[in-house]
Amino acid sequence: MSKLYMARNPRAAARSLDGEMMIMSGRDSTLFTLNKTATILWQSADGATPLEEIVEKKICAEFEVEPIRALADAEALARELADHEILHISEAPITQQNRTAGEKR
Amino acid sequence: MTTEVERLSLNIEIGGMPIRVYTTDFGFLNLLQNRYAGFVTDSDRAEIEFDVELQQARVADPDADVEVSYHFGRWSLRRGDFLAEWEPDVRRGWIRQTANPYSIDAVLRIVHTLVLAQQGGFLLHSASAIRNGKAFLFAGVSEAGKTTISRLAPPDVTLLTDEISYIRGCGDEYVAFGTPFTGELAKLGENVSAPISTLYLLAKGKENRIDPIAPGEATRSLLSNLLFFAKDEELVQAIFHSAFEFVSRVPVMRLTFVPDARVWELIG
Repeated sequence: MSKLYMARNPRAAARSLDGEMMIMSGRDSTLFTLNKTATILWQSADGATPLEEIVEKKICAEFEVEPIRALADAEALARELADHEILHISEAPITQQNRTAGEKR
Repeated sequence: MTTEVERLSLNIEIGGMPIRVYTTDFGFLNLLQNRYAGFVTDSDRAEIEFDVELQQARVADPDADVEVSYHFGRWSLRRGDFLAEWEPDVRRGWIRQTANPYSIDAVLRIVHTLVLAQQGGFLLHSASAIRNGKAFLFAGVSEAGKTTISRLAPPDVTLLTDEISYIRGCGDEYVAFGTPFTGELAKLGENVSAPISTLYLLAKGKENRIDPIAPGEATRSLLSNLLFFAKDEELVQAIFHSAFEFVSRVPVMRLTFVPDARVWELIG
């Protein structure tokens, strides 16, 4: 199974309020309120750390959850957020350079 | 031989922002003067000027989705019943529509949302009214009670709108302005303004009561009631952050009410 990398889209609007993370897609104005695990994924989406590692070290370590299930849920969420251009996802590490190139396409 | 056509104009000032509209059709000018009575000013100042090009009646769908986009320094506004462009840098634009008040009304609403978004303000699906020098907003989706609560307002209340509130940041506070944008009440708001005291989220119930709302829910509710049409990332960001600023400064409460005049005993 290939690795998945995520990077926050700096053009998505995000703000935390009383521990709730809210994100709005700049493309279609869809509003997301993230739960605790989704917030961890968002905050860890640095483009360099594989999703698998984030799930293992930050989610499974903190929550009682089966690793395979947690990874599947995390990947589904990442793809949904990517559909709204809130996250960039890639099977290779995401740098500022290749993120910009992707946006130009 | 050429014929000189007289160019007529009027200034429609909503939320302290005058927009001058030019037309060559006297009947259309009269129509606008009646439609925006109370919001027509004789000021020479205009922040935006629109030439209205009237077209012959054609099949058009005013319920079609609005498309608002920005390319090369120019906003393009389109719906089944109108086409408009506006260049912010030169403060000028044009509108093509038939001689009806609804198309230009939609254009004005969109233009105000675009200008307000850059200034930390917004248009909100809410009734609003002034009592004892302070403005109160009553937000909710269709059937939530905006028109009902407006209709129940006692004589000492000044109605700003029963449908779309105009909100602008002013120093550390937010100010609500009257608008000519009406709902079922079909009564224009008064062209006055006041600092906002409270935003109430409306809910019909079996008793009149006011309950606090968590900031997260308040922000989500505010965002869901904002009027915004443009698919523009910068402005979406701006309006998103404006909603958070608003909730951090203005109390947001749930107002459950029985549809009779006693609800106003809780307001103001």
